[in-house]
Amino acid sequence: MNPSAQKVPSVKTLQINGKDVSAREDQTLLDVARENGVFIPTLCNLDGLTPIGACRLCLVEVKGARRLLPACITQIQDNMEVFTETETLVKYRKMILELLFAERNHVCSVCVSNGHCELQAMAQKLGLDHIRYPYLYPKLAVDASHDRFAVDHNRCILCQRCVRVCDEIEGAHTWDVQGRGTASLVITDLNQPWGTSESCTSCGKCVQVCPTGTLFEKGRASGEMTKREFLPYLTLMREERV
Amino acid sequence: MSKARVATIWLDGCSGCHMSFLDIDERLIELADKIELVYSPLVDAKEYPENVDVCLCEGAVSNEDDLKKILKVRARTKILVSLGDCAVNSNVPSMRNPFGVEDVYKRAYIENAQLNQQIPKQVIPPLLKNARPIHECVKVDVFVPGCPPSADGIYYVVSELLAGRMPDTASKTRFGA
Repeated sequence: MNPSAQKVPSVKTLQINGKDVSAREDQTLLDVARENGVFIPTLCNLDGLTPIGACRLCLVEVKGARRLLPACITQIQDNMEVFTETETLVKYRKMILELLFAERNHVCSVCVSNGHCELQAMAQKLGLDHIRYPYLYPKLAVDASHDRFAVDHNRCILCQRCVRVCDEIEGAHTWDVQGRGTASLVITDLNQPWGTSESCTSCGKCVQVCPTGTLFEKGRASGEMTKREFLPYLTLMREERV
Repeated sequence: MSKARVATIWLDGCSGCHMSFLDIDERLIELADKIELVYSPLVDAKEYPENVDVCLCEGAVSNEDDLKKILKVRARTKILVSLGDCAVNSNVPSMRNPFGVEDVYKRAYIENAQLNQQIPKQVIPPLLKNARPIHECVKVDVFVPGCPPSADGIYYVVSELLAGRMPDTASKTRFGA
């Protein structure tokens, strides 16, 4: 298609925390907030992957809306009045994080990602110093059947970055999710040991985008698992090729 | 001004938080002028006294003895501080929780024992079903996460409390620190 024939997105104006901002109509609230230096916490969101609104940390209040809206999948509208730091939101964000910690066995001190974990960092950023909910202590497996990588479900927050990067960027769709609610698990192929997966290309993208220590390279001791930021580069290169 | 009555207690933890407390080094001397250490694994008192101003509590509540101790500490202490990840979120001690007490006993005293394999019924306090954070058992006033919290972090918390202020711990330390 001739690029000049493409519809040029129009500009819309809205308010974030009382401040007037303008943006392209195809942008999400999260994009616009970040462009304007407004902090909205996220865990499942990652630049270069389709946003899915899974973690709910990015909920914002929009005047006139009957419920809170996830900023990462809410497209902007003209004259929207958005609030990102209301008492309700601050309270809910903490609750969401606490529930994530209570739902699995997150033991930061012995985790491969200690010091490089987005969940741990977010807890500190939002001032979380203890969990008010009873821990579930589920009995979850560690799958170390892959030659180079392992998955520890105790640390998974079900953000589905691994599922999306494997499907959208690598094109293999090895990862998926089974089950419902707290019983959900990320799985490889037809819920078989990762090492036996025929679709996995062992590219390691899932490991690199995991926000916690769930997916990690074998041989890493506590605090040794660091990640590389490769997605923005890949996305840029692919956009230029189209 | 009378000295603040300070205690420390060690439940199910590795003593790393106490070691980190000692790592405040020469500042201990300055602290010694302001506090009276009335009970601690570091001093000789055998009974937890009445009217304690601040107690730094290390470790999770894992057995019946821990629970008895923390109930007594709470009843006799004005400001109870959960010191370190074991106290705050039960940390490493909680890693046994998904397996159940019976399996833990079997693993420790039967499978891994070379001589005299038996599950102890006396002297060693029985394990609770789960190793738990202190605040699930009694009210906690200040939370200091970290494994261990840094010496500077602990000194900050103690200094703030002695000055009559509530410390903002999230700015100084985090889970797993």
